[in-house]
This record gives sequence, structure tokens and C-alpha cells, in this order.
Amino acid sequence: MTARARTVRHPLWVRLTHWVNAGAFLALLVSGFAILLALPRLFWGETGSNSAPAWLVLPLPVNLEQTGWGRNLHFLAAWIFVINGALYGLAALASGHLLRRLTPDRDQLHPRHIAADLRAHLRLTGSGAAGASRYNVLQKLAYLAVLLVLAPVMLLSGLTMSPGVTAAYPELFTLFGGRQSARTVHFLSAALLVAFLLVHVWQVLANGPRALMRGMITGRPVAPREETR
Amino acid sequence: MSAFTRRRLLLGSSAFGLGGVLGGCELIEQGPRRPGLYGLSDTLTLATQRFLLRDQPLVREFGPEAISAVFPTINTTDPDDPAYRRSKASGFADWRLPVRGLVERPAAFSLAELKAMPARTQVTLHACEQGWSAIGGWTGVPLSHVLASVGLKPEARFIVIRTVDGWWDSYDLFDALHPQTILAYGMNGGDLPVAHGAPVRLRVERQLGYKSLKYLASIEATDRVDGLGQGRGSMVSELGFSWYAGI
Repeated sequence: MTARARTVRHPLWVRLTHWVNAGAFLALLVSGFAILLALPRLFWGETGSNSAPAWLVLPLPVNLEQTGWGRNLHFLAAWIFVINGALYGLAALASGHLLRRLTPDRDQLHPRHIAADLRAHLRLTGSGAAGASRYNVLQKLAYLAVLLVLAPVMLLSGLTMSPGVTAAYPELFTLFGGRQSARTVHFLSAALLVAFLLVHVWQVLANGPRALMRGMITGRPVAPREETR
Repeated sequence: MSAFTRRRLLLGSSAFGLGGVLGGCELIEQGPRRPGLYGLSDTLTLATQRFLLRDQPLVREFGPEAISAVFPTINTTDPDDPAYRRSKASGFADWRLPVRGLVERPAAFSLAELKAMPARTQVTLHACEQGWSAIGGWTGVPLSHVLASVGLKPEARFIVIRTVDGWWDSYDLFDALHPQTILAYGMNGGDLPVAHGAPVRLRVERQLGYKSLKYLASIEATDRVDGLGQGRGSMVSELGFSWYAGI
């Protein structure tokens, strides 16, 4: 029973917000891609258009007809992402989840420990299996980067593209260096979030997907009958 | 809505907090209707932004040096309408802008009459829903001045604007009476070019470009817009876009 008590188990609020966020993120990704197709070019500064020199021209077909449903779905999903994220953030702070489970422990921050964890990841061996007593250090750092850096940057750069919000908070333009800069940052952070998602899914597949999925759905990484055995 | 609450909506009193949120919902009830989850999401956005904009801030204005060398033109760039073509050939000398509906003194203004009114010039960032943005300088008369000169009736809640090329949109007084909402007849120091909506276009600076209609044909004050067209409040709404485009 001691082994069972030490196993990472996801509380209900983590499981709920995880799956709501997963749905909202996929909707944001698909709809964001649809919106991007109207102008698959990126710029720095305030202005940019098809007739202006671009910093980056994405190899995507131009399609002006997808922004209607794209914007509707994007902003609906953005509200779900924001409300769900706020509830998660409050619970993570109030319950101590952020400090206790997501902040690397002192021993994990030792360079030798980080190097060993890195080697374990590169060898594609399981380092985050369902039976682990805590998250590994790279896992924790990745979660913190998403929570504390990428998600807030996504939200703020998105809001910088809103003419209503920037009328109230023109400081947002200063923060990102202009509307098109915010659009470019929004795209680059989205790309990093997709990279995180790919690694996240790969790590699940590489570390016993059945047990990990069961853990994120029911909260129990192993089936009850195996537990009592 | 009483004159008192309407005045609060216009001036944005400090006690606007909860009223702003309720005003957003009330606005949807008497104004454009959109069913379903997207309607809910639109209402959340409108209520939130009305709260953020309760003190009626102005959008940033730039110096003339910031004006973009190229300002894209989309949709209609030269209306294919016989009356418009004739008017254009005469330098819009016979052009008139009717202002009617819930006003005390309906009128039809000529271009010269609009130019004789107090003018405002603003160099602002125009953001299109397609993703592009450009900076342009606009000169025109504030819509609030035009509406005051015809005497807006107390029951008026929305301003419906129609264009030569068949577009129409509506604005509630919160945006219609904003100081930067202007009827622009000049661009970047010259006359407004035909491709940008000559002789007069609208500028609604706190929303996306599709709310800044070109080629204005008429202005009408109404008490509700849910009976117009499909009840969505604008032509673009009927194509699936949000009536409120502050996002």
C-alpha cells in the first residue's frame, strides 16, 4: 500500500481541466490555422499585408473564405480556454499543486540529475511511467514553461490583435512592439505549443499509454483489481 | 431604456461596472440576435469589452510619418452603380447623404455641407479580419455632430448605415457617438479615393475594418435592429461574422 500511496494520482479538478483544455486547444489550433490561411505571411511592427514585404512567408495556400467559421470557433474556444485556465490556475495555487507537484525538487535541479534525465529521454526509455512517485524534472520544466510562459503569451498576444481591448490597454502594443509583431508572436508560441503537444503525446505513448490514459481519466493509474493484488 | 441609463451608457460613469455587463445582455435582447454557443461567446466578448471601454478611451493616434505607403483595398473598389458613376463624374456635386429615422429634423447633406461642419483628422491603425493592418489618416466630421445637428430622438438606440454597393451595418450609440467615429471624406491629406469609399466612408476605430463601411448611401436612427434582414444586425453577420467586431 505504501507504493500505491506514493504513485502520482491526478485529482478530479486536474483531470477535468486537462480534458476541457485539450478540447479547447484542438479547436483553437484548427480555427487558428483557418484564420492564418487568409494571410499566411508574418511581419514585425504595426502593419503588414499581401503587398508589404514579409518577415516570413509560410508555404501555405491563401484562402480568404475560412475566417468566418474560423473566428467564431476561435473566440468561443478562447473563452473556454481562458475560463478553464483561470479555474486551473486558482486551484493549482490554492491546493499547493503548483509548488508541490510541478516545481522541481531540490535534488532534481542538480546538473547531474538533469543530465541523466535528459539521457533517459534521448534513449526513448520510459521516464514518466504511471507508477512514478513524481514527475521527472524535464516534464516539470515543460509544464511550467507552458503554464507560466506560453499560455500567458498566447493570451496576451491574442488580445493585442483586438482593437477593442487595445483601445482600453494600448500598453499591449508596447509590450509586443505592434499589432503584426503580436500576430507573429502568437504564431510562434502556437508552434511551440504544438511542439509541446507532440512531445507530450509521444511521452504518453512511450511510457505505457494505457495506464497513463487511465490515470488521467479515472485518477487511478492502475486498475483497481491490480491494485488490490 | 431610460434617458438616465442611456446617458450612463454614453458617458460611461464610474458606476458602470455591473451595469456594463447587464447592458451587454440587454443590448443583445433589443439589438442583433445570434442563437447558440457563438451568440453566447459574442455576448461575453461584448459585455467584457464594454466594461473595459466604459470610460470611452480613444484608440492610439499616430503622426503623419506613420502613414502606410500602401493601404490595401478589398471588396468593392469602384461601385458598379449608374447613379454612383454619374455622381462620381460630377465630382460628387449632386451626392446627398440622407439622415432619417428617429430624428427631429430629417435632412440630406451634400459633401460641401459635411465639409463645412467641424472636422476631425485621425491617423489610426486599421485592422482587417483577414489579418492585415495598415495605418491611414482620415479627415471627416464626427457622426455624433451630424446626429446632433438633426436631433436624435430619445428613443433612438441604433444607427443603421447603408452603402451604395448594398452593404449595411448597425451600431449602437456607445460606438456611434464615440469621438473617433467619423464620416470621413479625406484620406492622408487628400480627398477620399474611390477605392477607399468616396465620397464618404465611415470610420469606427475600436472595431475591425469591416465595420468601417465605404460608399455611404444613408444613415437611419432606429430603436431596434432585430427586425432588419435576418435580425443579425448587419450584412456581414448574415454571412457568419460577429455583429460586434471589437475582437
